[in-house]
Amino acid sequence: MSVIYLLLSLSILVAVIFFVAFIFAVKNGQYDDSYTPSVRMLFEDELVKEKPITIKKSKLTNQE
Amino acid sequence: MESSTCFHCGDLSDSSTIFFDDKSFCCQGCKTVYEIFSENDLTCYYDLQSAPGTTPKDIQGKYDFLSQQNIIDKLVEFDDGKSQIATLYIPIIHCSSCIWILENLNKLNSHISSSQVDFGKKTVRLQYNSQNYSLKEAVILLSSIGYDPYISLEDFSTGKNQVNRSLIYKLGIAGFAFGNVMFLSFPEYFEVKEFWLDQYKPFFRWLMFAFSLPVVLYSSQDYYISAYKGLRARVLNIDVPIALGIIVLFLRSTFDIIFDHGSGFFDSLTGLLFFLLLGKFFQQRTYSFLSFERDYKSYFPIAITKISKNGEEHPIQVYDIKKGDRLLIRNEELIPVDGVLIKGRAKIDYSFVTGESDALSKVSGDKLFAGGKQTSGSIEMEALKSVEQSYLTQLWGNDVFNKVKEDSFTTLTNLISKRFTIIVLSIAFISTAFWLFVDSSKALNVFTSVLIIACPCAIALAAPFTLGNILRIFGKHKFYLKNATVIEQLAAIDTIIFDKTGTITSNKQSTATYEGDALSLSEEVLLKNTLRGSNHPLSRTLYDLLEENDIIMLDQFEEHVGQGIQGMHQQDSIKIGSANFVGKPSETAVLNTSVHISSNDAYKGKYTFYNSYRKGLSQLFNKLKKNYDLAILSGDNEGEIENLKKLLPARTKLLFNQKPDDKLEYIKHHQSEGAKVLMIGDGLNDAGALAQSNVGIALSENVNVFSPACDAILDAEKFNSLSDFINLSKSAIKIVKWAFVLSFMYNVVGVSFAVTGRLEPVVAAILMPLSSISIVVFTTIATNVTARKLK
Repeated sequence: MSVIYLLLSLSILVAVIFFVAFIFAVKNGQYDDSYTPSVRMLFEDELVKEKPITIKKSKLTNQE
Repeated sequence: MESSTCFHCGDLSDSSTIFFDDKSFCCQGCKTVYEIFSENDLTCYYDLQSAPGTTPKDIQGKYDFLSQQNIIDKLVEFDDGKSQIATLYIPIIHCSSCIWILENLNKLNSHISSSQVDFGKKTVRLQYNSQNYSLKEAVILLSSIGYDPYISLEDFSTGKNQVNRSLIYKLGIAGFAFGNVMFLSFPEYFEVKEFWLDQYKPFFRWLMFAFSLPVVLYSSQDYYISAYKGLRARVLNIDVPIALGIIVLFLRSTFDIIFDHGSGFFDSLTGLLFFLLLGKFFQQRTYSFLSFERDYKSYFPIAITKISKNGEEHPIQVYDIKKGDRLLIRNEELIPVDGVLIKGRAKIDYSFVTGESDALSKVSGDKLFAGGKQTSGSIEMEALKSVEQSYLTQLWGNDVFNKVKEDSFTTLTNLISKRFTIIVLSIAFISTAFWLFVDSSKALNVFTSVLIIACPCAIALAAPFTLGNILRIFGKHKFYLKNATVIEQLAAIDTIIFDKTGTITSNKQSTATYEGDALSLSEEVLLKNTLRGSNHPLSRTLYDLLEENDIIMLDQFEEHVGQGIQGMHQQDSIKIGSANFVGKPSETAVLNTSVHISSNDAYKGKYTFYNSYRKGLSQLFNKLKKNYDLAILSGDNEGEIENLKKLLPARTKLLFNQKPDDKLEYIKHHQSEGAKVLMIGDGLNDAGALAQSNVGIALSENVNVFSPACDAILDAEKFNSLSDFINLSKSAIKIVKWAFVLSFMYNVVGVSFAVTGRLEPVVAAILMPLSSISIVVFTTIATNVTARKLK
């Protein structure tokens, strides 16, 4: 019988957790710039690739 | 394999191509940037986008002012003694390569610990070690790789601005509450007489009450404030019935659950706020990379070099310039105050101020006006006035700049809401009075029901969604509006006033006609080759206009400042320049700019320059003349009057020699006669007129560079679509009106439930979202269909 109280408070707790996460996300400025992160996340791979200089050089000459 | 485009910046490089590392570069600057990048393993820059770079500019001494502590303090937003954080505006940011290189600055200099780009705002936020590194060094590093930060007087006076995120919070809370309340009120919609449901009813209801509290107390704040302001100003704006609806909804629902009348209307209440705020959020779309509030401060430098009596140079804040100070203006620097030229050859580009692209030559003793940009070498000048008192900046003292245009404009929604509120209130009172006689127990119920169901949610949504969508469509067509109100004002326009220079004329080209004795082939060759050597703007223009000829080496070339140029090849000599210089007795006053030519000391003739007007100008004016009064205001002399008369419809008014103040007064005069004026201009000298007009559109060749304060910015290449834009605004207003009709029908249905005292929470919960969603769908589809006409 009282299980409904438990279930309800649990469900509300979950909702509140997400709500707080949202507030923190806004506070940290995640909603300020909606474009740059979408570009930034694609950079990671290239950073690793360009470390060995020799590979990069040959790659560039192939391009031309 | 080798194309002649620069590997770094993509410009076409001519004879002076530099080859380095198997790649071609247009200039030493581009090559240097490439070298910097390749030494630091940053050539990935060129993989992300081909030829993404820009040529670095000469920065010698340009950022000296950044060594001054009080200027640094203004620019740095965080400083703990060890590290500093500063946000710099870099207008050149344009592609993913830019983001990548600017976020990898730490590879170029280890003192920079992090850098983050905001692409929309075109800013980079730098964090660096302030013990071993300075803001000045960071800025110079940025400039050396072609990313010149733009630091203006505005940075100095505004300081740090806080982002306002309250709307997102409010929307988030309303959405959160709406979802949860919906979920809790669902069981009661079906009203099944189930034992457990009855048992927990109060608990569910009080939970809903708890969820709706933050919505009523926080999310709907703006509506209370706006309604209160409206009432105080004796205006029944749309927020009055909304605020009334919210309060009645909340009180009635609370009473309902206290006295166990029913489950209340918390679902409708939270849903209403969620949709309303969503509409606000949708309309609040602004272009963060454009600024519509610029005054001279965003053009002017933050500091300038002062020469003290003993000849020392040191940077000084622009606000500290006093009358009599000696200033050094370097190449490409802006003149911050009115003054007198003392030393050096001045070639001042006033395009910021007047839109006129040709630079003016000045000799020592000439007066220089603030706002001009020096374009050849360094000059020394003496200040005659302080910044605020200069000719140009005085314009901003005018009251127009302190008025907020939106305040004086009644939007369509507020116009409707006045009648709407009166009607709703009278229905509420009449039906209450009726029920007081028939069944007094129901009277209060009916009164609140009417106010609840008539809450003009759909009406309030019609304009934000229609205009918000139109705003987006305009943006796609390179017409950027400050806010949605501009669309309504644009639709009401009946007079259109154009600036001449830079607005209806194109900055890029001008045309010239030749009068006099025909030149022989050898003379033409000599003419072209002599012009080649000169950097005078008129020479450059004429050079570009003349046909290609063989390149010959001149035996002798001389440039006489302020007079003309002289070239010699074998036996032939040629003189190009002013009438006096070529040996022609000065003629009667000519209004057009002309260049005279004499060959072997015999006068040949002259080239007269005309503005070249934008393509399609006549068609545009002919389209517009049917519905609008047209006028042209020009700061120039009447030299172009004949040309313009030929091009434009006969009724167009032409006014010349208009000073910035005159333009403003002209518009004011027309407005006092009841005209709704649209002003289209481009330079700072139009700023007053743009602010005074009902709608001020700044025309811009490149929307990323600066344009004066205005309501809208139009890309110059879309100039011909102007009439389409105005027509689309008119259609938008029609769509809003139809949406009003639609929402009235919902209200009629709702009110018929309410006055008969049969409004159940479930009816309200269905009717409110249904009306809101159907309005959103209708306006979105209608605007998109109408906008198809726009090419």
